[in-house]
Amino acid sequence: MAQAAAHEHHAPSGLKRWLFSTNHKDIGTMYLVLAFVGGVVGLIMSIWFRLELMFPGMQLTPDPQFFNVLITAHGLLMVFFFIMPALIGGFGNWMVPLQIGAPDMAFPRMNNISFWLTAAGMILLVASLFVGGAGTGWTIYPPLSSQPYHASPAVDLAIFSLHLAGAGSLLGAINFIVTIFNMRAPGMTLHKMPLFVWSILVTAFLLVLALPVLAGAITMLLTDRNFGTSFFKPEGGGDPVLFQHLFWFFGHPEVYIMILPSFGIISHVVSTFSRKPVFGYLGMVYAMVAIGFIGFIVWAHHMYTVGMNTDVEAYFVAATMVIAVPTGIKVFSWIATMWGGSIRFTTPMLFAIGMIVLFTIGGVTGVVLANAAADYALHDTYYVVAHFHYTLSMGALFGIFAGYYYWIGKMTGRQYDEKLGKIHFWMLFIGVNLTFFPMHFLGLAGMPRRIPDYPDAFFGWNFVASVGALIGLLSTLLFFYIVWKTFRAGEKCPDNPWGEGATTLEWTVPSPAPFHTFEKQPVVR
Amino acid sequence: MSKGWRWSFALAAVVGLASLPAAADYVGPHPWQIGMQEPVTPVAELIAVFHNLLLWIILAIAAFVLVLIAYVVWRFREDRNPTPSKRSHHTLLEVTWTAVPVLILVIIAIPSFQALYYMDSIPETEFRIKAIGKQWYWTYEYPDHGGFVFDAFLKDESELEEGEPRLLATDNYLVIPVDTKITLQVTSEDVIHAWAVPAFGIKIDAIPGRLNEVWIEAKETGTFYGQCSELCGYGHGFMPIAVRVVEKEEFEAWVKQAQQEFARRDGPALAAR
Repeated sequence: MAQAAAHEHHAPSGLKRWLFSTNHKDIGTMYLVLAFVGGVVGLIMSIWFRLELMFPGMQLTPDPQFFNVLITAHGLLMVFFFIMPALIGGFGNWMVPLQIGAPDMAFPRMNNISFWLTAAGMILLVASLFVGGAGTGWTIYPPLSSQPYHASPAVDLAIFSLHLAGAGSLLGAINFIVTIFNMRAPGMTLHKMPLFVWSILVTAFLLVLALPVLAGAITMLLTDRNFGTSFFKPEGGGDPVLFQHLFWFFGHPEVYIMILPSFGIISHVVSTFSRKPVFGYLGMVYAMVAIGFIGFIVWAHHMYTVGMNTDVEAYFVAATMVIAVPTGIKVFSWIATMWGGSIRFTTPMLFAIGMIVLFTIGGVTGVVLANAAADYALHDTYYVVAHFHYTLSMGALFGIFAGYYYWIGKMTGRQYDEKLGKIHFWMLFIGVNLTFFPMHFLGLAGMPRRIPDYPDAFFGWNFVASVGALIGLLSTLLFFYIVWKTFRAGEKCPDNPWGEGATTLEWTVPSPAPFHTFEKQPVVR
Repeated sequence: MSKGWRWSFALAAVVGLASLPAAADYVGPHPWQIGMQEPVTPVAELIAVFHNLLLWIILAIAAFVLVLIAYVVWRFREDRNPTPSKRSHHTLLEVTWTAVPVLILVIIAIPSFQALYYMDSIPETEFRIKAIGKQWYWTYEYPDHGGFVFDAFLKDESELEEGEPRLLATDNYLVIPVDTKITLQVTSEDVIHAWAVPAFGIKIDAIPGRLNEVWIEAKETGTFYGQCSELCGYGHGFMPIAVRVVEKEEFEAWVKQAQQEFARRDGPALAAR
């Protein structure tokens, strides 16, 4: 593509380029930077409470409420200000227009406000830490999150933070839907669309349907707290369980919002480095659509212990287990994609294979938890913590790293250090497994979540988990060294560094992708 | 347990604590435990059996997937298989990996529903106990034994007696008779708590404005522990549940004594506080 140089003069600089940016690549980059800042702060908090839990007794959080604040902020930061902005805002913004051959997003200025709303939301969340902090858990269940149990404005700030981040995500989701439906290159029918674009499309629909419910729930909580309403106050005729229904109607799709884009990335990486097209493309697409749909009708499996009617519980058991079917289709199709392939074990491929392994483990423990009869024992224990970190801290996080190593050459024009990348993978793989696998044992033995100190019998596995967390921390330091080295001394990345396996449109434009791409529409055969 | 940092002898501490001999009558979680606690009620028994079934199924599935991946990674690496196949469809295979999981889920669902309906259906019970979650202790009422009421707070480390585990023992124990079906009603006075005793297979939220019910039929005597299982603020980690299961005669004797000790002077215990 010879037009690259000719476009450079369009690029503004400084404040104008970044603050007022309407360019999908720049906004994507800003999302990625924001995500890694959020991720680092969330990581520091997790290291803090893992060190607290390393030994029995209270050492690093002498005030138990501060421990509650740490776990709450860790959860909210990782969900709303790391995983979502990295996968959807970051890679979504960067790669969706490139993969469908569009010059930019459909609403570039709305894209700008999406990002800045998210950034403002993060500032509010961090601000809440300085006025007492919200020690409510990321689920912000009332009455604990209500007056008088959290009297400081911290919970209000957290609510406003979620409002802003939610509004930002909602606008972003609308932008993606319009872009994907209207701006695909000629010839690219929906059934020829790259799987990452499909994953973002399904995610965007989930966001549009789920976020308004969260916004409504937290607005009711806000008025309960400040204006004397009693939506969730039993003394005024309200019901705390209503909040849980509303929260999880959002919250369960939310977990698929976090994992689906990762599924999309893994599909590309596996196909590229196996030098084979994705196996069962249509099955993969409709598995994602099915996961998205079923994701909306299973929410109360988070609430088996609230004392629901048994028939209702039975329904949620059945519906929840059904999700295993499309998820199984994804896993088997990835393996089938590798089957017969010619596999190269680059860093992104290692992360992709690692993700498939670990997500499978998180998936099967999900089947256990889906059963109310087993959940009575495991609900709110470390088994649940292990389960959702296997799906998110490994499924979604490994997807982010797979995407990062896969696309960094395209985004910066410089390639990462392969050897260090592999070391990063193995360190992180060992670290997360040491951290989270013993949590299954703790949960089975009955250790509850969210406690700052534990009976002495739980010491051993907690110690192992904390050692794992420290290895994870080291691997993250190595990752930032790799990032620094890539920018500083990375080798120049060719337009397509991955060879014939990389078939999507982003590999047809120069590396780094110029400020404007596809001013002339590509045609997909 | 002394407070403060013990980095220097971290390993020694791990090994040391892990090999502490447990008191003879102690029932509860053990160091390096990897499975569930010993069940002492029919419900917990059912959970253990059902979880065992699930465990074998998920281990088989996980092993199957891991073996497939290991094989693919070994067999189809670049130098062993330089020319990739172009195959990307196989209808029978795709139908199979959709249908087989459905069958496995049906196999899981049948015992799952049986267990769920058994646990949730409260049989005829001999008497009721009411547990009220409060920040950060439990209040227990025996309405069918004259309505005496008492609170159970975390027992401070300095007051622990021989065999009482830290963070699990309480100053007053909930006492129930062995081999007797009882109903436990659970509610809360402030935020949401959850009453849980793993050995009983019970975990039920204590929600203000609601009255939840579970049933307990302990088949063994002993002391059994649990912890609040819903984040409830500052003292969430410090409001354990300790239940003493005793012989029926012993229970009757305890009731007599408790009726004196915890007699209501003027109605609800609230007024006394």
